[in-house]
Amino acid sequence: MKKFLAQTYIWILLLMLYAPIIIIIVFSFTESKVLGNWTGFSTRLYENLFTSGAAEPNILQYGNVAIKVSSGVSNSLFKAIENTIIIALIASFISTMLGSVAAVGIFNLKGKKKKTMNFLNNIPMLNPDIITGISLFLLFVAVGVTQGYTSVIIAHITFCTPYVVLCVMPKLIQMNPNTYEAALDLGATPFQAFNKVIVPQIKGGMISGFILSFSLSIDDFAVTLFTKGNKGLETLSTYIYADARKGGLTPELRPLATIIFTVVLVLLAVINIYMVYNSKKQAQRKLKF
Amino acid sequence: MVKRSQWAAPYLVFMILFVVLPLLMILLYSFTDKDGAVTFANFVNFFSQKEAIHTFLYSIEIAVINTLLCLLLGYPAAYILSRRDLNRSAVTIILFIIPMWVNVLVRTLATVALFDFVHIPLGEGALIFGMVYNFLPFMIYPIYNTLNKMDNSYVEAAQDLGATPFQQFKNVVLPLSMPGITNGILMVFMPTISTFAISELLTMNKVKLFGTTIQENINNGMWNYGAALALIMLVIIGVTTLFSYNGKNNEDEGGLL
Repeated sequence: MKKFLAQTYIWILLLMLYAPIIIIIVFSFTESKVLGNWTGFSTRLYENLFTSGAAEPNILQYGNVAIKVSSGVSNSLFKAIENTIIIALIASFISTMLGSVAAVGIFNLKGKKKKTMNFLNNIPMLNPDIITGISLFLLFVAVGVTQGYTSVIIAHITFCTPYVVLCVMPKLIQMNPNTYEAALDLGATPFQAFNKVIVPQIKGGMISGFILSFSLSIDDFAVTLFTKGNKGLETLSTYIYADARKGGLTPELRPLATIIFTVVLVLLAVINIYMVYNSKKQAQRKLKF
Repeated sequence: MVKRSQWAAPYLVFMILFVVLPLLMILLYSFTDKDGAVTFANFVNFFSQKEAIHTFLYSIEIAVINTLLCLLLGYPAAYILSRRDLNRSAVTIILFIIPMWVNVLVRTLATVALFDFVHIPLGEGALIFGMVYNFLPFMIYPIYNTLNKMDNSYVEAAQDLGATPFQQFKNVVLPLSMPGITNGILMVFMPTISTFAISELLTMNKVKLFGTTIQENINNGMWNYGAALALIMLVIIGVTTLFSYNGKNNEDEGGLL
């Protein structure tokens, strides 16, 4: 009885959490412009999402009116998706490089210097994104930097790198510090030693740092909003925001959200099943000995 | 030869330029006027405007309500999930985490869609539900983590010594899960107080929160006033963080028995 009540509670909560997502998924399979209005099953929105972006490449250049007239998804949505991915790739790549080298540095620091670096590294993680966004915005304005791709990428690097440092640090702690010295003694340059000795051992941390940075960057909204400038640069989040503010949500965002959700679901399922499988295997090994 | 400790230098330079300097810019802008003259007018302006103060207090109220609701709903869930006898499957906790990986705006818009679908008017109620919906996983996960790591022999000891189930919970489980609760409160309260898009979308801009006020001022070119508001938010967040860290340290000591 107790177990039944507990399970019921859990599933009611889950139902509450998933209800909105389920509605989006269901209504991605109908054509209606307004959500909640079922006009029969159709995969038209999916087709629009995948075809019209490529089919009408020139319209965008004639301004907003032309986009609105075209029947399919506006190219601006495609452009926004492209921007999101490019920015995320560049920002997480630079963050991973910067963060890994910095982690080696911080690891070898001592005392007050180490404390200061760790404190500074914590600031972007504790700062709410609106503060990070506004502070960078004010800096760019004061210095007179035109805001666009570069400013957004710099902003993303600032809040991604701390997580890379956090991912790489445990690997360094596990590592034997003498191997690097040995490489130097055998005539390797510091760069070679880093590349051939340290990198292979911290690779796991670098990869998880990269993945974390990538997902943080893709997901970011507030920081991007403040640093994207007014030259028309949009990422997926800011596009959705602008779209929602105008009143109606572009219907094609429903299939897009569905696809994103499915990808996340599959990825997480694979990762977790893999982890459960691994831990079971380890447990079995322990039992044997 | 470059010492390895010097490898932190590029990152240090980067952080000074893009973390420390921007924060100083907030400070600089909030204490100057449009022409760059030093002034307290921005703060005087804020504290003399009834509407601004009202929005500020209202945001804190909403954040507190949201945090409490998340705690009330989330604690039992985390407790159930951590108990082997009540929940065998490890999949359920993952189900709670998955929505966190979907973009906040998409989640919020989905909530708006849900309200539209069942004809619930957008407004304060919708705002609170939407916030709870968005932040509940952030409360459940840290509490679940602490409860999961908790040594069950404490509970068994209390049982052997004759504690009723309520006493076991109140005197053993609850104090031991305190670090998780503090973490959860931090992870829910801080984002709620600084949020702006969620409230806009959930209330059709009828209800204004502090975050929205800041964003509007910055957007409309009122940088100095906006910076002053941002500084006020920063102070609140700094105080909350310090407070919770102190609380956590005390709990750690208490936890050592």
